[in-house]
Amino acid sequence: MLSERLVATVVVRQGWVVQSFAFERYLPVGHPEVAVEFLAQWNVDEIVLLDISATPDDRGPDFSLVERVARRCFVPLTVGGGVRHLGDVHDLTHAGADKVSVNSAALRTPALLEEGASHYGRQCMVAAIDIRGEGASASSWTCSGRVDTGVHPAVWAQAAERSGAGEVLLTSIPRNGSKRGYDLATLRQVAAAVEVPVIINGGASEPAHFAAGLAAGASAVAAGNYFHFTEHSVLTTRAALLGASRRMRAAAPGYDPVTVDAAGRVGRVADFTFDDRN
Amino acid sequence: MTPRTVLVVDYGMGNVASVSNALRRAGSTPVVSADPQMAVHADGFVLPGVGAFGKAIQNLRRSGMAEALTHEVMVRRKPILGICLGMQLLGLTSEEAGHHQGLGWIDARVKALSPSLGFRVPHMGWNDVSAQAHGPLFDAAAGSFYFAHSFVLECDAELVAATFDYGDRHVAAIQRGQVFGTQFHPERSADAGLALIRRFVNQLEAPHAL
Repeated sequence: MLSERLVATVVVRQGWVVQSFAFERYLPVGHPEVAVEFLAQWNVDEIVLLDISATPDDRGPDFSLVERVARRCFVPLTVGGGVRHLGDVHDLTHAGADKVSVNSAALRTPALLEEGASHYGRQCMVAAIDIRGEGASASSWTCSGRVDTGVHPAVWAQAAERSGAGEVLLTSIPRNGSKRGYDLATLRQVAAAVEVPVIINGGASEPAHFAAGLAAGASAVAAGNYFHFTEHSVLTTRAALLGASRRMRAAAPGYDPVTVDAAGRVGRVADFTFDDRN
Repeated sequence: MTPRTVLVVDYGMGNVASVSNALRRAGSTPVVSADPQMAVHADGFVLPGVGAFGKAIQNLRRSGMAEALTHEVMVRRKPILGICLGMQLLGLTSEEAGHHQGLGWIDARVKALSPSLGFRVPHMGWNDVSAQAHGPLFDAAAGSFYFAHSFVLECDAELVAATFDYGDRHVAAIQRGQVFGTQFHPERSADAGLALIRRFVNQLEAPHAL
């Protein structure tokens, strides 16, 4: 049985991992290599590395960063940010990326998804869609949330799928860093519009949010901020989702059996004492 | 023991860095090259796979790598591990975007996975693999591995080393002698994948000087 995926997004701005709040405010976390190494060792199902300053700074991906990060990563690695043409896709897969995420370039160069899929297979091409507004009023934004395209994400996702995208990464900008949970209304519309898997991102801050994303049709549920600053969060979220009967890869050594409260904290193990009286 | 040298075949499209990182972790010395001359000296091969079938086989033939590998694997009997597309390339034909001839080392054909209710395509993520335990590649009868593909290999049951369930039973791994293939990505399957790569490396004979 195919498992549902727990995905960690690592947002990089000018070489530093940051927590992002609505694509406007940022809190530095540390080195990308360290964040990725920890997340991989905590056995997250997949890592998405997004360089959010590449396109606004009008530059391509940081290939040497991807190389350093990939060396520490033994789970699938998707890389996005600043991908402009087929050469970037080639260089990213050579540097250690398994999948390449494309956002702004899909609009500037519509052929990129198609070319990427024909060279690297559609499983390699991820269409990242950043949105503002929800449900019927949702719109897709490019350039790290600076340019409104006016296109509904379900329409964009369908076009991207037709062009060759093998997956959609749907991120709500206003929910990013809000801790309010995912934009489930738009997720339902996008998941219904395409055959390819959809990753939902933006707003998750407790295990119930992840479970709700999966129940609403996401194949994978992602978070960034939550995983950086909540202790044991990968393990406890996985345990909580398994407890909620979601199909998760069982990969939590030492945490079985585990109880997790609504806030995602590991429950207290019952005390016991050695009793020599008998 | 001198580390075994594994040639990670670079045909311009594979995720050669991920594969090399995993091979290094498994204790071997990976060499990434597109040069057919390098095949002579390697102890074994990994044919990685992130790419489309047609372009991949074209690149392998043009560079002379297809011919060199055929000699080293089919005549000199060196072990090879094909990963994802790399496994599919070992078969006879593929229907991915047209009709293509593969390397033809195993009697297998590549077919499209068709989407059905509840089964999105590409088949992407961690899926349970049932294997014949204690074979050369699998130390347990079950494990979870990472898949990312839209096409599957179809072949005789005797070649099948492991299967996965996605709407139907499909081929997760094959073996014919020292020719191995996995539809999933062991280099991206955390501890279970690294263990499999280590078992492949252990199949390699005493090192050839590179």
